[in-house]
Amino acid sequence: MQLEQAFQDPQLCRSLLDRLNRALDGRSMRFMEVCGTHTVAIFQSGLRSLLPDTVAHLSGPGCPVCVTHDAEVAAFLDLAGRDNVIIATFGDLLRVPGPGGRSLKHAQAQGARVEIVYSPLDALTLAANNPGDIVVFLGIGFETTAPTVAATLLTARQRKLENFCVLSLHKLVPPALRTLLDDSQCAVEAFLLPGHVSTILGLEPYGFLAKDYHVPGVVGGFQPADILLALCMMAEQIRDNAPAVVNAYPRAVGDAGNPRARALLEQFFMPADALWRGIGSIPQSGLTLRPEYEDMNAMVRLDLTLPDVPPLPGCRCGDVLKGRMAPPDCPLFGKKCTPATPVGPCMVSTEGSCAAYFKYSER
Amino acid sequence: MEDCLLLDAGSGGRASQRLISQCFFRHFANPLLERMDDAALLTDIHGPLAMSTDSYTVTPLIFPGGSIGSLAVHGTVNDVAMLGARPRYLSCAFILEEGLSLETLERITADMAAAAREAGVHIVTGDTKVVPRGACDKIFINTTGIGEVFANPVPSGHSARPGDAVLVSGAMGDHGLTVMGSREGLSFLTDVASDSAPLNHMIEDILQSAEEVHVLRDPTRGGLATTLNEIAEQSQVGILLEETAIPVHEAVRNGCSFLGLDPLYLANEGKCICIVPEDKAEAALEAMRRSPYGKEATRVGTVTEGKAQVSLQTRIGGRRLLGMLEGAQLPRIC
Repeated sequence: MQLEQAFQDPQLCRSLLDRLNRALDGRSMRFMEVCGTHTVAIFQSGLRSLLPDTVAHLSGPGCPVCVTHDAEVAAFLDLAGRDNVIIATFGDLLRVPGPGGRSLKHAQAQGARVEIVYSPLDALTLAANNPGDIVVFLGIGFETTAPTVAATLLTARQRKLENFCVLSLHKLVPPALRTLLDDSQCAVEAFLLPGHVSTILGLEPYGFLAKDYHVPGVVGGFQPADILLALCMMAEQIRDNAPAVVNAYPRAVGDAGNPRARALLEQFFMPADALWRGIGSIPQSGLTLRPEYEDMNAMVRLDLTLPDVPPLPGCRCGDVLKGRMAPPDCPLFGKKCTPATPVGPCMVSTEGSCAAYFKYSER
Repeated sequence: MEDCLLLDAGSGGRASQRLISQCFFRHFANPLLERMDDAALLTDIHGPLAMSTDSYTVTPLIFPGGSIGSLAVHGTVNDVAMLGARPRYLSCAFILEEGLSLETLERITADMAAAAREAGVHIVTGDTKVVPRGACDKIFINTTGIGEVFANPVPSGHSARPGDAVLVSGAMGDHGLTVMGSREGLSFLTDVASDSAPLNHMIEDILQSAEEVHVLRDPTRGGLATTLNEIAEQSQVGILLEETAIPVHEAVRNGCSFLGLDPLYLANEGKCICIVPEDKAEAALEAMRRSPYGKEATRVGTVTEGKAQVSLQTRIGGRRLLGMLEGAQLPRIC
């Protein structure tokens, strides 16, 4: 932890800010932090108040709760009402509103069995302790969390736990970035790439950013100095017209990522088209269980479908996730949509960009 | 006695008498309680009086640093003390679930008695209900406290003034993280323990030493951040905190970092916030540090003019809002 504090050193941050200003040399820059944890870190550390006005930071589609589509929320809310089903989930999902504003918290209050777990493996304990019920783990997250879910599936197999399954709504980051860049209105000049996801992926899957789109991508850590260093490198690449994908977080991320975790992922999952809230369907951007594990696939085993859900009237989460709009510019922000009465998940998730703006900006 | 509680113990008959005399009277022994009239006759208490009530429903019942029993005494004693009062008497109502282990009940009762002795209060009246299995979560305890107000002026959340110093009596978040860790079986949280403690003696010393104290509050549920927001709204002032000055134990900081929680929103059960005029700050800090429960007391911020909100000067010199918590803190996905 002392190491972490070294990356919060005010003098170090000041010198990095000076370096950033030199690289910017008066020009403005629009960078996107892909990951919700970065968004929160920028606010929580007070970095936002120190960044030059010419830096616009856009919050990307990297908060797993934010990008969970209404249809997917509707599907797990459907499960939460069923007999003999226990939902096991990370805490973030409890308050996410589905169609009609109902959430797992409401379902729980009405008698649904919803258990917060701290690790997917905890869901196996639940399954072992409730042999008459089916425990469904809500598999929501990116490349970071999916390997632990794969490890849980492996353990369930080894322990012959037949009453455990996963509703896999996992999403993959690189296809989403490609979709953003294919949008003619995309205003992103550089990506602050997610540190956690990159521990698994390494650098190679982001190579297309510089190669195909001429856009810099820098993998960054989550302490203020990490973020500032990544911003400096992005600004310098833009200044020098030399876009590249580089690793500014080598203490946690190896350039090759974690091949063992990727192998485990591939053993259980395969890419599939997926729905992203506010963005729509992105080809091959999700993970579904391979056919040989259908018995552990909640979609198949519990005969689930993703219903057609019309977009919420007035909700601009999609524009926020694509970096087209800053949260305070949404007409619902802070009025109809607040953390107490969230309209869209960007306001409900602890890592959501709207929630971060609402929570941390002095008014 | 049996080894677990039966519904009979709530019948009001002999089974109830046995439970009361063998468990509660034995531990809480004092002449006022033992009179067994419908109410306690208090003849030696002088107004103005402060009164507070709270109900305790914590899971697990016993955790590192305390139990629901000690908590039920400390919580109410502290609430009374925060008004500048000397807590004197407590009432205590139990709602017990059929099947509760009597050994557990005994341990909790003994903890309550020990906590009351340390605080110098007597438990003088009480009530016991036993409900069928499933109707409550093992044991709920309500305590009501009454105390003699001696502070003048009486500290209040409405009395913070621009320029005042904001002090805390120690590190934040110990209780909240301990209970969460015990409940969820988070084995890596081995170095955390609840700070649950009676603060009334320390408060008395602060009030005598600092002479003028504007606000005293214990930052329980919602933690330091939420409590300071309440004070900012009540007093219509701003509060500016220095992040680097706020004490948080290393184990709590690490645990929170892992779980995606903020220690400034976690409950404390043995800490107080003290807001005093600038020239009284040193005296108040010295008084806190004389108490075993205030050794890490420190100044964390200043009351300011302006909007009723709490801001944080961060470690790197930035500034951001420290708002009120919305709902419970939930561990994050990644």
